[in-house]
Amino acid sequence: MLEKELERAGIPTVQICTILPIAQTAGANRIVKAVAIPHPVGAPELPPDEERALRSSILEKALQALQTSVETQLTIE
Amino acid sequence: MGKRYRVVHFINQFFAQIGGEEKADLPPSTAAGPVGPGLAFQAALGDAFEIAATLICGDNYFATHGESLLPALIEEIRSYAPDVVIAGPAFNAGRYGPNCGALCAAVQRELGIPAVTGMYCENPGVDLYRRDCYIIETQNSAVGMRRAVPAMSALVKKLLRGQAVSPAGDGYFAKGIKRNVFVEKTGADRAIDMLLAKLAGRPYQSELVFPDFERVPPAPPVRDLTRARLALVTDAGLTDRQNSARLESARATKFLELNIGGMDTLSPERFGSVHGGFDTTAANRNPNVLVPLDLVRGLVRQGRAGGLLDTIYSTTGNGTSLKNAQRFGAEIAAKLRAQQVDAVILTST
Repeated sequence: MLEKELERAGIPTVQICTILPIAQTAGANRIVKAVAIPHPVGAPELPPDEERALRSSILEKALQALQTSVETQLTIE
Repeated sequence: MGKRYRVVHFINQFFAQIGGEEKADLPPSTAAGPVGPGLAFQAALGDAFEIAATLICGDNYFATHGESLLPALIEEIRSYAPDVVIAGPAFNAGRYGPNCGALCAAVQRELGIPAVTGMYCENPGVDLYRRDCYIIETQNSAVGMRRAVPAMSALVKKLLRGQAVSPAGDGYFAKGIKRNVFVEKTGADRAIDMLLAKLAGRPYQSELVFPDFERVPPAPPVRDLTRARLALVTDAGLTDRQNSARLESARATKFLELNIGGMDTLSPERFGSVHGGFDTTAANRNPNVLVPLDLVRGLVRQGRAGGLLDTIYSTTGNGTSLKNAQRFGAEIAAKLRAQQVDAVILTST
């Protein structure tokens, strides 16, 4: 709902979330798959360098979603 | 002749034939008897009903005063001792619809009598108030008055006579109420019937209708990230460690503006999460796993992104009502636009 209202105002917004069907059903336009519910952009169980790489990859997908022209709905997993 | 049911009808300045937008600030007033579409309702309802009064209020006046205005309107309606309240129909009018819905919801809640209005399916008032009053589905403009009045009147008659009503049979938006009914076949049999029909390509009707979320046209993409001003928004329940603004752990009624000016990272000494819907241990150890301030600062430092707003907008997405979530989104959007934000990274738990 937050994503939609920001997009409605013309601000491209990427939602990083874990349960993709919720965001998809609710009608978010730009969606990127998160790591897990309690830590969407973190993986505390991984060694630091692996966590760093995973976090960066999610952020890169988010930037890609923001720079992509979306027709209906974009989901990057 | 039996009892005559008393009706109070609510309409806006336009349908009262007082004026258009220039009269939208009109304060509430009451006229005796039917006015405007009330004449058609009186005819459709027949002699057993009497439109005792018409309550009239300007669209903007109602929308601006909203909640604070309702108690006085309810008392005014109560003074006519009505058996039912009719509002609108509002068709696709974006203020009139929610106004009709708010009034009808308050009437049912405060006066304990049925309240019936009518709206087009995309009127924002439908999703806001369909659970709290009866909203007959109408066409999207006043052209639909000829069909809306009989449908609304028929529902009013049934409600006052204590007859059973249903969304499919009476044309109102489902209110989300579950009712026990007796049927011939068990759920297992019905499910198999449905599956067989689906496999054979025959029509079937699911017994669970999912909400139909409205879609928003996608915003244009960021053209040049190196010049884009980013902002961070989250529904992860991020707060300052003291939770000084008392953000709720569930059913949030507010969002926070957290200042991150001059910070390279979200330190666990200053930030944490009050979200009640997940284990916050990891988040409280390192809040950057909820909102990646550290990474985004890095992007800006490398020159890959133009800048970052010094405020994180945060709320708790845990049983938060659709209505509140939409309001937070709209209010945050207005604040971001005022601060020339070009794109948002929203993290959800």
